[in-house]
Amino acid sequence: MSDSVLSGKGITKVFGFGDKKTIAVDHVDFDFHERELVSIVGESGSGKTTLVKMLLGLLSVTEGDIYFMGKKRDISTRGKKREYWKGIQAIFQDPFSSYNMFHKIDSVLLDCINMRGGAGLPRSKKIEMMTEACGFVNLKFAELTNKYPFELSGGQMQRLMIARIFLLKPKILLADEPTSMIDACSRATILDMLLQCRDEVGMMIIFITHDIGLAYYISDSVYIMEHGKFVEHGSADDVILNPSADYTKRLINDVPKIHAPWDFGKALG
Amino acid sequence: MKNTLRQIAHSPKFMIGFCMILLMVLSVFIYPLIVPGNPLEMIGLGTFFRPGTYVSVYDSVSTDKRYVIKLSDAAEKRLASKLAPEDREVMKTWLLAFGLPEESIDLENTEELLQLWRNTYDPELRFDNMTTAVRKHVQRTDAKLDSLLTDTDIIIASETDGTLTQSGAVGANDYVNVSEIANVRVLPLGTDNFGRDVLKEMISALGTSLLIGLIAGTIATVFGLALGLLAGYVGGIVDDIIMFVTNLFTVIPSFVLLILISFSISQTQRGTVTVAVVIGLTSWVWTTRSVRAQVVSLRNRDHVNLSKLSGHSLPRILVADILPYIASYVIMAFILQISSGILAEAQLSMLGLGPRTTTTPTLGLMMYWAMLYTAHINGAWWAYFPIVVLIACVSFSLNLMNTGLDQVFNPQLRG
Repeated sequence: MSDSVLSGKGITKVFGFGDKKTIAVDHVDFDFHERELVSIVGESGSGKTTLVKMLLGLLSVTEGDIYFMGKKRDISTRGKKREYWKGIQAIFQDPFSSYNMFHKIDSVLLDCINMRGGAGLPRSKKIEMMTEACGFVNLKFAELTNKYPFELSGGQMQRLMIARIFLLKPKILLADEPTSMIDACSRATILDMLLQCRDEVGMMIIFITHDIGLAYYISDSVYIMEHGKFVEHGSADDVILNPSADYTKRLINDVPKIHAPWDFGKALG
Repeated sequence: MKNTLRQIAHSPKFMIGFCMILLMVLSVFIYPLIVPGNPLEMIGLGTFFRPGTYVSVYDSVSTDKRYVIKLSDAAEKRLASKLAPEDREVMKTWLLAFGLPEESIDLENTEELLQLWRNTYDPELRFDNMTTAVRKHVQRTDAKLDSLLTDTDIIIASETDGTLTQSGAVGANDYVNVSEIANVRVLPLGTDNFGRDVLKEMISALGTSLLIGLIAGTIATVFGLALGLLAGYVGGIVDDIIMFVTNLFTVIPSFVLLILISFSISQTQRGTVTVAVVIGLTSWVWTTRSVRAQVVSLRNRDHVNLSKLSGHSLPRILVADILPYIASYVIMAFILQISSGILAEAQLSMLGLGPRTTTTPTLGLMMYWAMLYTAHINGAWWAYFPIVVLIACVSFSLNLMNTGLDQVFNPQLRG
């Protein structure tokens, strides 16, 4: 297997203290490798998003160490954070709240070019790059320029987020339920684009989802998260086809099946 | 943005409030051009001249252009204006004592009253239930009536070396044209206790008060906004310290604080700007609290996270990603701060703790002087009532603007 790009030892996040203490993430270990697509599957409240925010450096880690590209992560200053964020980026769940509605779409993409050191490029070159990125996700930059995010559909917004990643070319992409707010038809398109983007940019994707079926469909390996802990992990086939943890079995059973009639009596009983 | 502006322009409440404020601001600039001069000039020697048109007696007597106009009711009108209500009461007292039924005496109809009086009055008659003092008073009133009824010319004489020489006479039917009189001064709201033109002073004071409101509102909003943004976004110990100070200011009533600070500033230094600054520095608390609350809910939004991931600096995130989302609220808070700043100045001045100045009028100071010279007891309504109405109008129009904006920005409120 290729080199480890992101790994963690004993990652813990505790909110509050005393009686109100909540352990959101509880001594989690993981090791993610280059070009891998890892899914982290769990119910709402299992600590997925908290873990994502810690990995992104948006939340402080209560305990434990994160290693990025083999070295211990250091994000103590703004400059170091900026450097770290060149290597790790995210797509969030809700495309409608991911954009600053006061800024035009161009500025979102221009930020990415600037972050990759392209601030000094001539305007024509920047437009060329933006057009290429939009073309990659089947959007026409000429139609989007000077538009505000709220003039786009949810699917278009999320595709634009992928275009952003395409411009940034990070090592790692954290996709926090990127398709949960999108209708079923656009979902497949967006997933295909994510996978294409991975091949193009050569990054690894950490895919956060509550949908174990989806995780099986796209991932190389799967981590199952329950109450802040990883209860099971391994290759997608191993985990889904031969689940060992009860929680995983339950998650698999909860996937609605179109062909099998639902047993309401059992579900209610 | 354009759409929001269009919505604001179509909000009747906002537009009415805005037009009222605009009208007031315009009058502050335009009125001094129409009526030039220092608004604090003491033109009247005496207190509380009634509102009206003041025609120079000297000029109207000495004018060559005099017109004779014969009006049938002139004498009656003159008499009616000269026969004071007290005199009429005295006449009624005597007539009642004489034995006339009360319903036959009409105090309003001067002609009939005089007719009745001439037919019945007899200075020699004495009544048991009337004291001598009252009888003498009636006699004096009767003598006054006699002099009123004569309409002989008034002789104008000039004095040289102790001898009077007649230089002219003014007849009962002589008129002058007001437009030909050199000195006519309209005092639409009369004068105040210092003899200053109330309307002119009031419009100048409106300008000062709006300025005080603007300074106080700007300081309070900027201060409250900066602290609220920092506390809400940075969080942690910064939040704790700022909220501690804010809570401290919240529990002390800001008006008490305002009084104490105003009192402790020496009187010579308490100018309008100083007072405005003090008002601003005591009224930022609620802006801080509400801005903080909104920022706390905004700081975990994905677009803020995305902005962080794009490597933006703290000031840039605050200004570009947080501020636009709370801008509508901040504008509304600013408008209300202006309004409360103007009210605070008026309140402080009423207590004698407002700006200590003799060079700039403020609405509060005008009220203060009117109160000190008991304008309300003297019946000089023009010295305080228009000012009360004006303060109410300013407050009302600013609040109306605020409500209009509120309905545009929070459409759920539109019932």
